[in-house]
Amino acid sequence: MDFLNALVALLNFVVIPGVAYGSQLALGALGVTLIFGVLRFSNFAHGDTMAFGTAIVIMFTWLFQSWGISFGPLPTALLALPFGIAATAALVLATDAGIYKFYRRQKAAPIILVIVSAGVMFVMNGLVRLIIGVEERNFTDGARFLLDGNTFKAATGLAEPLVIKTTVAVTVVVAVICVAALFWFLQKTRTGKSMRAFSDNEDLALLSGINPDRVVQVTWIIAAALAVIAGTLYGLDKSFRPFVYFQLLLPVFAAAVVGGLGSPLGAIAGGYIVALSEVVLTYAWKKVATYVLPDSLAPDGLMQLLSTDYKVAVSFSILIIVLLFMPTGIFKGK
Amino acid sequence: MIVVENLHRHFGGFRAVDGASLKIETGSITGLIGPNGAGKTTLFNVVAGRLPPTSGRVVMDGEDITGMAPHELFAKGLLRTFQIAHEFGSMTVRENLMMVPAAQSGESLWNACFRRGAVAAEEKRLRDKADEVLEFLTISHLADQRASNISGGQKKLLELGRTMMVDAKIVFLDEVGAGVNRTLLNTIGDAIVRLNKERGYTFCVIEHDMDFIARLCNPVICMAEGKVLAQGTVEEVKNDERVIEAYLGTGLKNKVKEEAAHG
Ligand SMILES: Nc1ncnc2c1ncn2[C@@H]1O[C@H](COP(=O)(O)OP(=O)(O)O)[C@@H](O)[C@H]1O
Ligand SMILES: [Mg+2]
Repeated sequence: MDFLNALVALLNFVVIPGVAYGSQLALGALGVTLIFGVLRFSNFAHGDTMAFGTAIVIMFTWLFQSWGISFGPLPTALLALPFGIAATAALVLATDAGIYKFYRRQKAAPIILVIVSAGVMFVMNGLVRLIIGVEERNFTDGARFLLDGNTFKAATGLAEPLVIKTTVAVTVVVAVICVAALFWFLQKTRTGKSMRAFSDNEDLALLSGINPDRVVQVTWIIAAALAVIAGTLYGLDKSFRPFVYFQLLLPVFAAAVVGGLGSPLGAIAGGYIVALSEVVLTYAWKKVATYVLPDSLAPDGLMQLLSTDYKVAVSFSILIIVLLFMPTGIFKGK
Repeated sequence: MIVVENLHRHFGGFRAVDGASLKIETGSITGLIGPNGAGKTTLFNVVAGRLPPTSGRVVMDGEDITGMAPHELFAKGLLRTFQIAHEFGSMTVRENLMMVPAAQSGESLWNACFRRGAVAAEEKRLRDKADEVLEFLTISHLADQRASNISGGQKKLLELGRTMMVDAKIVFLDEVGAGVNRTLLNTIGDAIVRLNKERGYTFCVIEHDMDFIARLCNPVICMAEGKVLAQGTVEEVKNDERVIEAYLGTGLKNKVKEEAAHG
């Protein structure tokens, strides 16, 4: 029984939140990695692209709520997603046409583009605060739990509850659908193959008659869609605050780099690695330990390796370790 | 016909192409020779839209194509290969070829989602075409290999194969023979002649192997230090004073450099 309780506690506090957070990071990292593959620079504005898209989704969610539209047990934000994606795609396409294109024409070095993207990041950051303010926003509605703790305890007779929040289930399902759709797109469609070809060898892609403007536009649209979805899922699961999204840039980048920049599979693996490391290192293991260890060995402290305040340090350390020892990441990116 | 008029391409103060003018007649296999550093590759890069010229013009069949993007030139039937073979390393040899023909029905997402039949038929046509090209180039056995794993010479063949996936008008080949063994070089030579005779391709070929040039090319253009030195049949060019001097000159310079390096 104790063992089962420990297992449930582990699932409840480590595995489930880790997988949900990992899915959100993976979607964010996919966008970073696609931009890197095709446009060849690390887009610092990606975190704020997530924030912008989520802000728009929240506005539409409010609008729908005021009209009395809901999505049954699912969050209304899912209905607002297409609008957030459309607005964000329009914004990044405009940014590309107005700013990045200029530097591409000049054949600017990647580092210049990175710095330009940092500039774009600050502008977007301001834009988001202008639109929705700096306060924390909770925009989750619909049913709160798919499986609530009391039902679980009553059904199994265990002391530990297993809770599955609707937002967690939605995150995982949406992430799986997005990843499947993205891989289908990259592997099977002509445009997707052009993107891979372009990422593989730009000169040769141009010689094969691939239109670079089109590839770049499609890449921005996909990256924007992934950013909005990742941001919305994260916001549903936790809450929305522009500053937090700005900070999300670090784990998202860590995920993309761990997996190997430019590798979509790597971005997904990286997302889960970073998320699980963060959760494992900042979780207070006392509860699990008390179940599995005999009483005489029961821990005094919380058995928490790192305070949650330091969770950003986890991504940062992972980033540094990977760059030092495995600069191309696990899936051999660039 | 391609006409290059007084073309310049400078890198900083260095004049890699320094006022080159030449003509490539439709239906010809024109050879472009010259010592290393003569500016041949740079000329190709400018003509094929990879580099903008510093000044000068490129005209194709009466139309000014100066500074057009590579994919636009591709649509006009102007293709080139690279001195150092390029390939999509993560794809198979066959997939590399199947990437080539642009603007087919699979291009739009709408078609990819809702007109699967048309897209599948297109895929099949492409696949058959790619297999036909591989057969022609005698590398059918490599079809399913990853392109990053084949030899340098085979990559050169693959480059040539890319130009055969569409009905090209004019193809610029940059050192097709470099690093390729005799047998493979003969295969490449045969392929070029057949494409020229049977499908009316015009070629402009950079090559250092004079036997190869003598066998295929008429006329031959010789460049040195960014300028066109001589043009004519192989024999004429070979016996041209300035050409001999250009080759000898660099030979001597190289020798002096070598001695300086060793002594
Ligand atoms: N991107 C570049 N930047 C600076 N110099 C270049 C560049 N490309 C070529 N060059 C110089 O231009 C000259 C001509 O080079 P290239 O056209 O490759 O000659 P070839 O193909 O005839 O051997 C060489 O001296 C080379 O170093
Ligand atoms: Mg060259």
